[in-house]
This record gives sequence, C-alpha cells and structure tokens, in this order.
Amino acid sequence: MATIIDKVKSTKSERWWNQYRKEAIVGWLFLAPEAIGIITLAIFPLLFSLFLSFTDWNLIGGFKEMNMIGFGNFERMLDDSKFWKGLKNNLFFTSVTVPVGLIIAMIMAVLVHTKVYAKGLFKILFFIPYICSTVAIAAVWAALYHPSSGPINQFLMGIGFDHPPKWLVDSEYAIVSIMVIAIWQALGYQMIIFLAGLTQISEDIYESARIDGASGLQQFWSITVPMLAPTTLFLTITTVIGSFKVFDLIKFLTDGGPNDASTVLVYRIYEEGFINFNMGYASAMSWVLFLLVIAVSSVTWIIQARGKRT
Amino acid sequence: MSLKNLKLDRLLITILLSACSILFIVPLLWMLSASAKLERDVMTYPIQWIPQQWNWLENFQKVWLENVPFTLFYWNSFKLAIISTIATLLFSSMAAFAFSKLRAPGKGIMFALMMSFMIIPDQATLVPRFIMIKWLGLYNSHEGLVLMLAFSMYFTFLMRQFMMGVPNDFIEAAKIDGAGYLRVYAQILLPLSKPILATAGIIKFIWTWNDYQNPLIFLFKKELFPLPLGIQFFRQEYSNNVSLMMMAAVSAIIPLIIVFIILQKEVINGITVGGVKG
Repeated sequence: MATIIDKVKSTKSERWWNQYRKEAIVGWLFLAPEAIGIITLAIFPLLFSLFLSFTDWNLIGGFKEMNMIGFGNFERMLDDSKFWKGLKNNLFFTSVTVPVGLIIAMIMAVLVHTKVYAKGLFKILFFIPYICSTVAIAAVWAALYHPSSGPINQFLMGIGFDHPPKWLVDSEYAIVSIMVIAIWQALGYQMIIFLAGLTQISEDIYESARIDGASGLQQFWSITVPMLAPTTLFLTITTVIGSFKVFDLIKFLTDGGPNDASTVLVYRIYEEGFINFNMGYASAMSWVLFLLVIAVSSVTWIIQARGKRT
Repeated sequence: MSLKNLKLDRLLITILLSACSILFIVPLLWMLSASAKLERDVMTYPIQWIPQQWNWLENFQKVWLENVPFTLFYWNSFKLAIISTIATLLFSSMAAFAFSKLRAPGKGIMFALMMSFMIIPDQATLVPRFIMIKWLGLYNSHEGLVLMLAFSMYFTFLMRQFMMGVPNDFIEAAKIDGAGYLRVYAQILLPLSKPILATAGIIKFIWTWNDYQNPLIFLFKKELFPLPLGIQFFRQEYSNNVSLMMMAAVSAIIPLIIVFIILQKEVINGITVGGVKG
C-alpha cells in the first residue's frame, strides 16, 4: 500500500519538476531574441566604446595601428574649443527650450482641458508637428528662415526692421532659430502628456475650492500646478535628456555652422566619428554624453524619492 | 448642445485659442500652399495663401517622376517601417509573454537589467554599433538597419504591463485543454493583446518612418535611402527650388497625418501610456 502511495507521490513531484523545467526553458527561449538583441546592441557597444575611448583608433588606419593612449582623448577634449562650444550650446538649448516649452504646453493644456469647445480638434492640431518627419519640417523652416526672400524676414522688413537677423546662416542666431523649431515641434507632445495628467486630477477638488471662493488663477496655482508635479517632473527629465541628444535639426539645417556656431555634443560625436573617423575620440565624447544623461536621471530619481517620502 | 448652454467666456477662449492654433500651424499651411505654386510665386510678399496660378500637378510630377528616385525613397521608407515594426512587435511580445506569464527563474533580474539599459542614449553607442555592422558585412544594407531598429525595451515594457492585466484563467484553461506554450502565446495571448499591439505598432511605424539618424549612419548608397535621407538628397539637387522642396516635404508628411487622423486614439494613447505611468 505504502509503496503505491510513494510511487504516486514521486511521479507527481517528478511531473511537477518536469513541468517546471519545461516552463523555464520555454520562458528563456521566448526571452532570448529580445535579450540577445538588447545586450549586443546596447550594453556590449557601451563597454566597447569605453574601451575605444582609451585608444587613438582611426577607422582608416585599421586595428593594427591602434594604440592605448590612456586618458589622451579626455585631455584632448579639454583643449577642444569646438567641444566646449557644443557643450555650451547644449546647455543654452536645454535651459531655454525646456522651461519655455513646458510653460507654454502647460498653459495650453489647462485651456484645452476645461476652457474650450471642440477639445479633440485642438489636440489633433497641436499634435500634428510632433508626428511629422523632423527632416520635412526642417525643410519647411529652412525656407521660412531664408535671409532675404523668406516670409519671416519679408514680414520683419515690411514692419520696419531694415536689418533682420539672417537666422540659420547667422552665427549669432543659428542655434536660436533651431531652438524655435524644437520648441514648436515638441509642444504638442508635451501638451498631450499634461492633458493626460490633468484628467487624473479629481473635479471634486476644484469644486470645493470654488465653494471656498478661490478664483481661477488661485485654483491654477494651488491645485493644478502642485497636482501636476509628477507629470512636470517626468516631462522635465525626458525633455532635458532629449535636448542633450538634439542632432537631426542641426545636421540637416546647419551642419553645426556657420563656423561651428550651432554645433552640439552629438554633432561633435558625429563629426569626429563619421566624417573624420576618429573612433577613439568620438567614443570618449560618447561617454561624456552617457555620463551627462546618467547625472540628470540620478538628480531626478533623488527628487522623486524625496517626494515619495514626504 | 443647445445654444443656451454656450458660455460666453468659454466661447471667447475657444476663438482665441483657435487663432493661436492657426498661427501655430502656419508653417504647415505655408508648406501646402508653396507646394502648389509656380516657383516665382513662392516667395512673393504679401504671401499668396491661395495660389493665383496652380502648379500642383507639375510640381508633383517633377518630384515623383523625374531626376530624383523619389518613388524608390518612398518604397524604401515603407519597407523599412513595415519590417522593423513587425520585428519589434514579434520580439517584444515574445519577451513580454515570458516576463508576464511564464515562470522562468532569473527573469526578474533580466527584466531589471534590460530596463536599466533603456537609459543608454542611442548616440552614445553609435560608433561601436557602426563598427559591429561593418564587421558583420551589413553596412549599407537594409538588413543592418533593420537589425538596429528591431529591439526596443520600451515596447517590451508596455506589452508586459498590458499582458500582466490579462487574467491567467484564460491561459490555465487553454493549458488544461492541452495547448502548448506556443499556442497559448499565438492563439490566446496575442489576440487578447490586440489593443497594445496596435498602439505599439503605429508608434513604431511613425518613429521608423521619420528616423533620420540611423539611416544617415548605416546607409550610404542613395538607392537604399528612406524618405528623410531622400529629402536631404533632394535638397542638394534642387536647393534653389522651394516649391519642389515643399512638394517633397508634403509627400513625406501627408501619409502620417492621414494615419494619425484615422488612428488618433491609438497614437495618443501610445505616446501617453509610457509617460503617465513612467
């Protein structure tokens, strides 16, 4: 009798074990393509570029002529005025486009959320530039910005500015011109995210504030703004990181010019890596970009963690 | 809504915001109008919003059927976007299935690891990926480019979140009926995940269609160019012809705007779902 029970038990646990093992194998098989893809196309290249950043490897010379040069590339960066110009432009770009874009987007979102008819139509209109190809959009703005015959300068000259800026070909205004396009294109996205945040604020809070006699502006400052804080934080981090990575508009419109006036970090990486083929130096600058992104993200994580504790 | 319910202040703000939104969309309206004009009318001031002389068809023919292989660029874009989208949906949904429904020891660590890689900016790994693609002999090929576009932790994450909400009962019931894991995945889980697959698919399609940086790095021959590189090439050929440039831009943008207007709920959902939960 006992042996039969033991037998049943053992086959049962055996079956359980087989089942468990099968599910584990199947699970890893399902995972494998994505995991291998992500590892070989994200983590391996990151480590590879760390290695390259300590070499003077030039694609044209091949691996034989590669030398380990320690921190040589990073020392070179210190004296590279183009690199610093790019970094400065990145900081300028970020410090203007992020607050300006987010403030306009938040105001638009609040107006669209409660204060207008045909809400859906506004959502679509503002969102259109975001889904358009950046290159196509840039081609349009290039025509609008044309220094002598473009509509923008014709308008400015029409209302009395005799010498309007030359925009994209003006070393003082090139980066500003690109910032305008970047804000314009991202606005719809930011507005949509704010709108999603607004729908999560309960109408009751506003109701009781109105009963207490709070004005519209008071409601905005003491309910909407604080309640939207998580959304604002999310958008701030994504737009700050996005602004570090700005490249398409600059490559297509100015190639970093005139005279490197509108160069940025990623454009420098592109220039060194894919025009001059200095893979070592380009990799070193890639790591600067990576560390910057990590730094911004950690600051945000700290803010978030504090917010949760209190 | 009856006329009585119209509130004056709300109406005023609507009108004001309409004015703003028209101003906002003016560059695109200008593009449309310029694409339909004779070249000599494009830069006239004041702007002729409605062309005095329509030249739409001639511009269209010049862009699509003459010197520049625009039709080929279009086809390349379409091909790349479709293949990358299908590949991403396949790999991401498979991984999401394992992450959400299968007991594979160590998958939690793997998930955390892969999520943390999302922080690595694409541009930071561009140089080594370029070298790897050269080693594989896939430089200047669509295969190499698709390889770069086929894996996305973002979509894997979105699908995992969705699939965790699919009740396990469905899957247990199917298993009792003798269905294998592959059938559970293909015939039960995927059909139930249609909403997230649609959303992810549309977003991925739009991103690939608009992608400029990856083709710029990984492609070299103009016969392989997708639209964004095609427009760049076009610009070098016709730098002084604004009306043709605008026709090319319109041609690149219009399909996306149509897709967006038809599927706006999915598009907006796909953009926001990562945002609000993130």
